[in-house]
Amino acid sequence: MSGYQGKKNIPRITSDRLLIKGAKIVNDDQSFCADIYMEDGVIKQIGENLIVPGGVKTIDAHGRMLMPGGIDVHTRFQMPDRGMTAADDFYQGTKAALAGGTTMIIDHVLPEPGTSLMSAFEQWREWADSKSCCDYSLHIDITEWHKGIQEEMETLVKDHGVNSFLVYLAYKDIFQLTDAQVYEVFSVIRDLGAIAQVHAENGDIVAEEQRRMLEQGITGPEGHVLSRPEEVEAEAVNRSVTVANQTNCPLYVTKVMSKSAADVIAQARKKGTVVYGEPITASLGTDGSHYWSKNWAKAAAYVTSPPLSPDPTTADYLNSLLSCGDLQVTGSAHCPFNTAQRAVGKDDFSLIPEGVNGTEERMSIIWDKCVVTGKMDENQFVAVTSTNAAKIFNLYPRKGRIAVGSDADLVLWDPDVTKIISAKSHQSTVEYNIFEGTEVRGGPLVVISQGKIVLEDGNLHVTEGSGRYVVRKPFPDYVYKRIKARSRLAELRGVPRGLYDGPVCEVSVTPKTMTPASSAKTSPAKQPGQPIRNLHQSGFSLSGAQIDDNVPRRNTQRIVAPPGGRANITSLG
Amino acid sequence: MAERRRNWEKSGDDLPVYLSRPGTADQVPRQKHGGLFCSIEDAFESKTIDFDALSVGQRGSRTPRSTKRLTGLEAKSPASDSKSSPAVESPTADKQERKGSPQVKIGTSGGKEILQNLEDEKSDRLLIKGGRIVNDDQSFHADIYMEDGLIKQIGDNLIVPGGVKTIEANGKMVIPGGIDIHTHFQMPYRGTTTVDDFAQGSKAALAGGTTMIVDHVMPEPGASLIEAHDQWRQWADEKACCDYSLHVDITHWNDSVKQEVDNLIKEKGVNSFQVYMAYKDYYQMSNSELYEVFTFLAERGGIAQVHAENGEIIAEEQARMLQMGITGPEGHVLSRPEELEAEAVFRAITIASQTNCPLYVTRVMSKSAADIISQARKKGNVVFGEPITASLGTDGTHYWSKNWAKAASFVTSPPLSPDPTTPDYLNTLLSSGDLSVTGSAHCTFSVAQKAIGKDDFTQIPEGVNGVEERMALIWDKAVTTGKMDENMFVAVTSTNAAKILNLYPRKGRIAVGSDADLVIWDTDAIRTITAKTHNSAAEYNIFEGVELRGAPLVVICQGKIVLEDGNLHATSGVGRFIPCSPFPDFAYKRIKARKQLAVLRAVPRGMYDGPVSEFSMSRGGTPSASARTSPTKQPVRNLHQSGFSLAGPPTPDDIPIRPAGRRIVVPPGGRSNITSLS
Repeated sequence: MSGYQGKKNIPRITSDRLLIKGAKIVNDDQSFCADIYMEDGVIKQIGENLIVPGGVKTIDAHGRMLMPGGIDVHTRFQMPDRGMTAADDFYQGTKAALAGGTTMIIDHVLPEPGTSLMSAFEQWREWADSKSCCDYSLHIDITEWHKGIQEEMETLVKDHGVNSFLVYLAYKDIFQLTDAQVYEVFSVIRDLGAIAQVHAENGDIVAEEQRRMLEQGITGPEGHVLSRPEEVEAEAVNRSVTVANQTNCPLYVTKVMSKSAADVIAQARKKGTVVYGEPITASLGTDGSHYWSKNWAKAAAYVTSPPLSPDPTTADYLNSLLSCGDLQVTGSAHCPFNTAQRAVGKDDFSLIPEGVNGTEERMSIIWDKCVVTGKMDENQFVAVTSTNAAKIFNLYPRKGRIAVGSDADLVLWDPDVTKIISAKSHQSTVEYNIFEGTEVRGGPLVVISQGKIVLEDGNLHVTEGSGRYVVRKPFPDYVYKRIKARSRLAELRGVPRGLYDGPVCEVSVTPKTMTPASSAKTSPAKQPGQPIRNLHQSGFSLSGAQIDDNVPRRNTQRIVAPPGGRANITSLG
Repeated sequence: MAERRRNWEKSGDDLPVYLSRPGTADQVPRQKHGGLFCSIEDAFESKTIDFDALSVGQRGSRTPRSTKRLTGLEAKSPASDSKSSPAVESPTADKQERKGSPQVKIGTSGGKEILQNLEDEKSDRLLIKGGRIVNDDQSFHADIYMEDGLIKQIGDNLIVPGGVKTIEANGKMVIPGGIDIHTHFQMPYRGTTTVDDFAQGSKAALAGGTTMIVDHVMPEPGASLIEAHDQWRQWADEKACCDYSLHVDITHWNDSVKQEVDNLIKEKGVNSFQVYMAYKDYYQMSNSELYEVFTFLAERGGIAQVHAENGEIIAEEQARMLQMGITGPEGHVLSRPEELEAEAVFRAITIASQTNCPLYVTRVMSKSAADIISQARKKGNVVFGEPITASLGTDGTHYWSKNWAKAASFVTSPPLSPDPTTPDYLNTLLSSGDLSVTGSAHCTFSVAQKAIGKDDFTQIPEGVNGVEERMALIWDKAVTTGKMDENMFVAVTSTNAAKILNLYPRKGRIAVGSDADLVIWDTDAIRTITAKTHNSAAEYNIFEGVELRGAPLVVICQGKIVLEDGNLHATSGVGRFIPCSPFPDFAYKRIKARKQLAVLRAVPRGMYDGPVSEFSMSRGGTPSASARTSPTKQPVRNLHQSGFSLAGPPTPDDIPIRPAGRRIVVPPGGRSNITSLS
């Protein structure tokens, strides 16, 4: 299918040059037939009868679909967990991604509470730079909150091309933040122009339920899903939507696993909230009935948080919402552990390391569940697997689109190929594949990453360490256009009033307890303890409407006899 | 039976039935009853006591002829005969009534009857004649006889002792006295107390047709619940003019509080406890504490009440408002947007459903919060919503009033919604049954007290009036507008509250054996609410200038007339504490059934015999994902210390955590399947 064009075979130029002929180019907005020429990892020309240099390697697509390479927005390769490391490192993981038609991944940096974000970020960069086979970028997880974190976030956004931060509402006493902290993190994120991601589960309730399960003698993986009912997920999604609305911050819900959580997101979007939902391969392709498997190792392989819903109709429902646009992007949350690692929790489900595979299967599963069934068309498929992700994280149009000037990350898609997913043939290193035995239609025929063919005829040719870190700028238009308009509208004004001149009741100075009253501020990010203003000390003493009433506090004017008299202030009215 | 007879007789006076009122302009209400396919008219009326059968020939009893005389001579109005059953209750009936506008007459029966009961001049005995009794399920005409504060007889032609004080209701509605399920009388606040104490407050309640109040006991965080409860009991016993009961607020949580809650339920007759999701660092509880409180209450048969607002975000928003220089009462509502209320309601429902505990949301103030409750009810959650007088009758636009004192008088939490369509919406949900009960959250402060927060809205003491206005306001907003009927009115103002508190049918129903707490309701009275005439001690009334149709004409509390002709005769200290027993059927029947279903079972599996990875228990200094911190929890198990050996079959003393008593040495299907592919 591929060969060299031109009269003479010019000795192999270190050919970054590639021509694809007769492809049906599929973007998120339209499909059209054209040839496409790329050089140096960038698309140089699109059209018919292109003038290309001789000796270019040519692929004849025969009218097959050529689409932007997938972007997996959520991976956790090589993630450390209690001294263990997730089974797939950046090499294995990105190899699996490329094999599935994904040419870019965004990994999560998970700093231990107590360590600096910067050092964790550097660590991840080092790991990924040395091993990654495809382009990558990084989300940062906020696992604790104090002033130093805020400064580090600023540095990361301004100097290191990070524009998304994840907070946890679960994992009590480890990663979990309180509502007040989440409020502050979101405020900071909005000011920086980044995206607030949230792991949405009510960690307090989960902790209580876990304890109850263990007390009842339920120690197997079924306890995992029983202690994390989907209501708890929906509650946390609802709460984070509220906080995001309050702070006017764009919200991105990672791992939408249940119908109720997806419903909350869909409702919030109808009300106008800027919120995005990310179902993952697992929630789109399988369900949580396997937690009751008699085979412990199999049941444990499904452990992830939020858990897969035991309701077998969930996957179909989520696919429908993905197709209609209520959910926008798809990740894999690829973070597999092998069985020996899982067995850490053999007597206590709460110790089982969490994570499932899915980076390799993502594109095929969505094609099979959504496009083959007629829920979405090929353009929407490109949108949810690649373009929307690029837009939200400000990579568009460099990634997520086939256009002149875009990166040459392409997939030649074969809608007819059929494949049975199995742990025997998958790229990941783990013994189990949660989609074991699933037959999927549709798969990548040729994958081009950075202008190079990495998958051809079923053979992978990846280069360890060739992946580049992709810098993402803050204030992505796709997200922040609306946010900016709203923040202009949302200015609040006080009511200018006359000074209250009636009697004032005496109060005991210290309220009932030692803590300050309800306006107490505990977190560091707020301005250092603004004391309660004592108006007795202020020179402000005017009443009635003034010209410049929108300026609430003045001390230059004094009106001794206000218009309308003072008595009206306490009169009925 | 009685009505039909009266109908027949009335028309018999002038013309045959088929020719009745040919010349009047009034529309004749169409008789739907008695047709071929209808149920027998009045089949359910007076089934308990039918004195008609016994009354023939007895002196003083009401024979058909005497009824005719009564209606003819005393009432002279079509009102007494126009109503036959709620099904035909129509605007026409109201119109007729208004036209006639009969007045209630109170007097003692004269003649020979007095002779029989000379010594009992000042008796507790009371007879209401010719009233239309309205319960939450049906309305019917009957007389009511009360003695010793209890309803003794209901029916027509009652045999009553002589010398009984008689109220001639002339067909007016007699409803069970209102129950105000949420008041804060005499609540201490930073060294001062609310201006309405139990005497003043319960007087206002009686004036509005409410004959029982349920007050909130608010212990200081750290203080004993029982002590606070006893303190409130003492205050109320001294002063209350009507029966009362108490909710206890749980403001902190630990094992001793748990013990006290248990004690309060078992011995003190308290079955409802409120927790706060707002007031950070003060009353607020964490989600885990809520979980524990709810779990405990579900076990003991209590009702979990919740003040639903996200206190953490409020604290942040308040700081932001003050920073922006917004210090007036408008900052109160700006820092507590209705989303935060809805969020907290959603969270409370999640926790309650998780713990299988009945939930009661106090003070539903916004559309979004009400929507969440109705959605949850549709999904089958046991949750009750309580809108208050303020949220049903007014809105939050007043927070922007230029008059500071007026704006401050509206300060309550959650705040009134600035959306002016909110009251109408809440009234609709109340009518449809999505919201179940109404309270007033009456907690009034004088302007001087409110002025504590004149420079900082967060310091304004919170609370609005509403105990007096509650019944009339709901009548005006919901019944006269046609949203609900009179029976639903009784349900939301009285019966449902009695059911939730497990006081039904002692309270909340007019039935033989129930307490004689009754209100004769005048549907036509029109009254304008103003602070000048209200019974509260506060200077402001948040409903100032609102004109309301419907008012109590006579209020009977504990069998005594406390309001007649607009005069209040309340006696301080007569109010009794009414104990509420746990496990109210209204809430717990469903909960119990669910409990039986919700048993979880572990999967019996073979023992895992594959390799186990090494791992460190510590993660960032804290224990791993299952870390438990609350005091009631067990310590983290250290797997390294277990005596459990992986090699070979376990020895008898090795009992892995597994359904006790069973050891599977060779599990079905062999052991190798455990690590193989499925």
